Amino acid sequence: MIIILLIFIAVFAPVLAPYDPVDQKIEEGLNPPSSEHPFGQDRLGRDILSRIIYGSRISLWVGISTVSVSLTLGLIVGSLAGYYGGPIDNLFMRIIDILLAFPGILLAIAMVAILGPSLNHVILALCLIGWVGYARIVRGQVLFLREYEYVAAAKAVGAGSLRIIARHIVPNLLAPVLVEATFGMAGAVLAEAGLSFLGLGTQPPTPSWGAMLNEGRPFLLVAPHLTTFPGLAIMLVVLSFNFLGDGLRDMLDVKA
Amino acid sequence: MRYGNHGMMVYILRRLLWVVPVILGVSTLVFFFIHLIPGDPVELMLGESAEPADKEALREELGLNKPILYQYAHFLGGLFRGDLGRSLHTHKPVVETLLSRFPATLELTITALCVAVLIAIPVGVVAATRQYSFIDNSSMFLALFGVSMPNFWLGPMLIILFSINLGWLPVSGKGGWEHLVLPAITLGMAMAAILTRMTRSSVLEVIHEDYIRTARAKGLRESRVIFKHALRNALIPVITLLGLQFGALLSGAVITETIFAWPGIGRLTIEAINKRDYPLVQGCVLTISLSYVLVNLLVDLVYSLVDPRIKYEK
Repeated sequence: MIIILLIFIAVFAPVLAPYDPVDQKIEEGLNPPSSEHPFGQDRLGRDILSRIIYGSRISLWVGISTVSVSLTLGLIVGSLAGYYGGPIDNLFMRIIDILLAFPGILLAIAMVAILGPSLNHVILALCLIGWVGYARIVRGQVLFLREYEYVAAAKAVGAGSLRIIARHIVPNLLAPVLVEATFGMAGAVLAEAGLSFLGLGTQPPTPSWGAMLNEGRPFLLVAPHLTTFPGLAIMLVVLSFNFLGDGLRDMLDVKA
Repeated sequence: MRYGNHGMMVYILRRLLWVVPVILGVSTLVFFFIHLIPGDPVELMLGESAEPADKEALREELGLNKPILYQYAHFLGGLFRGDLGRSLHTHKPVVETLLSRFPATLELTITALCVAVLIAIPVGVVAATRQYSFIDNSSMFLALFGVSMPNFWLGPMLIILFSINLGWLPVSGKGGWEHLVLPAITLGMAMAAILTRMTRSSVLEVIHEDYIRTARAKGLRESRVIFKHALRNALIPVITLLGLQFGALLSGAVITETIFAWPGIGRLTIEAINKRDYPLVQGCVLTISLSYVLVNLLVDLVYSLVDPRIKYEK
């Protein structure tokens, strides 16, 4: 439900937001929640509710783009490594081992630090880390599925390797990949917010939940609403994707 | 043991040897970070308005005017000797700065680890032994809540409650144990949630085994059955997860240390990034990654010693 609501809010943000998210009223800065501004106003007098509504676009965009690119890359690498085995498998697995030797978010922090803070660099960094998890799952599944009789039958009737992978193997490994993708959405939303919180992601004045939290930090004593509401939004969305992932895992009977 | 001590020794040796290419790979990636910077890295570090002489001096200092392979060999040689260059701002050796900040990070991550284990194991065991009860359902809901709660939000919320409203604990900085409480809880909470889920499912898997039924049949007290027989086996996957999660703790420390002004490597990383002190950034990333690799190695070795069922592939 919350995920559908998030998509709805993100799509209809211009209609739903009561104010312009970048419209400043400095004289009203740090005002607490009121009937005109239910979530209060930030340091520059901008409406926090409107900024949270617009911020949902960033979170959703980062989640969808990161997961789709990582998933596609992971599917390609994992299926090729698992199906062909041998040197291709060895090469990819060693690259994966090295990438896994880095704590994921640290690699993203380092990459964004080098490339410069921006949303696109965050997405790029998260994709470069994200594909590894999918590739491992897909490879494991392909190793298992390629031994099935229907794959042997497809080979016997002369189907090419790529056709076997695309038509016969990939459709049968989608359940665990779908579960991983749902958790991946939660992870991407959290990672973008974390990087923006560190000042490495979305840049002002674009509203992003993590950046809003960071902007609110110096005013924790006088205006805790600046940090409370964006944090609640992040937690609610991440919790929903985690719930969905858990539910899908149980429904599709995927082993954790 | 399945393949005897010889098999285990081979496994340990192979696992130790595998660290070498991984560390080499990690170092190579870290080295190429600086060379990935679009444009002139020296200009990025010093700014466009810097004097050409200063730029040339820095280029010389970083060896950027030499062929890339020479620079790479020089970097690896330095790494081997424990020399990671000097900070662009303080001009102190990077290794010296890292060594002075590492103990604080270690103190924080180990305390966070303890917080996580102290919460997760009792809660996970109670949830498993009372499956589908109110306690089980609510603790699993709270665990999912804990996984979803960003530490950069939990930290400020704990500060608002315990430091500002109640005045029990300091807002930030490093000092006595009271300074450690909030950062350790902030850092350890997500791990506690993940470990609770793992402990529960692991205990659940074990308590349906025959040897548990036998233990009960011999009339052992339920607490003894759970703690002596079930938990010992159920904890093996939990130990593995602890190792894997250590990396998350180290990454999380970057954010937690920033929130609580904790003088560790995490905060140093962000300070170095903000000052564009690339040799220091390189050093921080390398230190955190190497700690991660070494902890995972240690966990694998402990795991192979603890669990006699592990197959040592020949």
